[in-house]
Amino acid sequence: MFDIAYAAEAASEAAASSVSLFTDRNLYVSITMFAGAAMPALSIGWIGSKSVEAIGRNPEAAAKIQTAMVLSVAFAEAIAIYSLVVSLIIKFV
Amino acid sequence: MAAITAPTLASETVGHIGVFELRNTMVMAWLAVGVLILLALATWRTKYKKVPGRFQCFMEMLVEGFFDFFQSIVQDRKQTRRFFPLVATIFIFLLTANWMGILPGVGSITIEGIEEGHLTKIPIFRSMNADVNMTLAVALISVIATQLFGIAVLGVFPYASKFFMAPWRDPIGSFVGILEFVAECAKIISFSFRLFGNIFAGEVLLVVISFLIPYLAPLPFLGLELFVGFIQALVFALLTLVFLKMAVTAHAHAEHEVLHHGRAVH
Repeated sequence: MFDIAYAAEAASEAAASSVSLFTDRNLYVSITMFAGAAMPALSIGWIGSKSVEAIGRNPEAAAKIQTAMVLSVAFAEAIAIYSLVVSLIIKFV
Repeated sequence: MAAITAPTLASETVGHIGVFELRNTMVMAWLAVGVLILLALATWRTKYKKVPGRFQCFMEMLVEGFFDFFQSIVQDRKQTRRFFPLVATIFIFLLTANWMGILPGVGSITIEGIEEGHLTKIPIFRSMNADVNMTLAVALISVIATQLFGIAVLGVFPYASKFFMAPWRDPIGSFVGILEFVAECAKIISFSFRLFGNIFAGEVLLVVISFLIPYLAPLPFLGLELFVGFIQALVFALLTLVFLKMAVTAHAHAEHEVLHHGRAVH
């Protein structure tokens, strides 16, 4: 009885994974996310650092700088989101 | 070990109205609209007394807060009054919808249904912006309204001169005009995918975390979803406001023409 259960599980696992690493979709999903999130991460950090610097130099203008920062971070993050959508499409479609 | 059922990219059908397929994200959209209508009715029932009660005071604080915030970006009271209904509605609607998507019951109350040929459990509620159709609709409204506001304030030809410059008079300008047109189309795609990607990724994240560690670990991620929902609604509204402001500003190229050709460009 247990042999049948183990055999069934092994068969379904073999059917789920691909033959080699390079025919497996999941590799390309992770490569897409890796490549697509690296530059936005760098740019968001850059935007944050420049705006914090600006606030430090001129604390009175903090509200204006914060507004511009939030806007710029949203634009930069959108690029990472595009690559997320592509990787989701690769995974599920 | 049980397998995880990830949320699908497309929304699922939960019913039919005639031949129209009712989707779970549409049910959530109607619920969000219902919540906002109830809020508006409650505000109207205060009769806007000169000496406000607590609820009226709170609503006035919200409206005035949004108005001052948008005013600090637009810097022109008259223009802010023009843009305020559209931009504030986009913000409040998206905020309500995003936050309602985190409530317990969304994604977990399921019915049996046919999905992609086989019988699966379909949730009746799903976060509204996890559906590209919804985010695309709001993005289209935002971008088309921007064009209409620009035409209303500047006139059809001055506004169109931003996109179509005569190639024989100004070749580089005409190429820039084509780029401007492409940028408008890119705005639609960028608006819709930014919002969709954030909310859908949040959904998948919550499902995965609740699957791995159901107790206590989802808490910081729910907090993250609250934050992300707020920021995405704010960014959508702010970007709409900024593009509206740029659309109603007279095109700088017109002044350039006056200087060079010495005749009035209207």
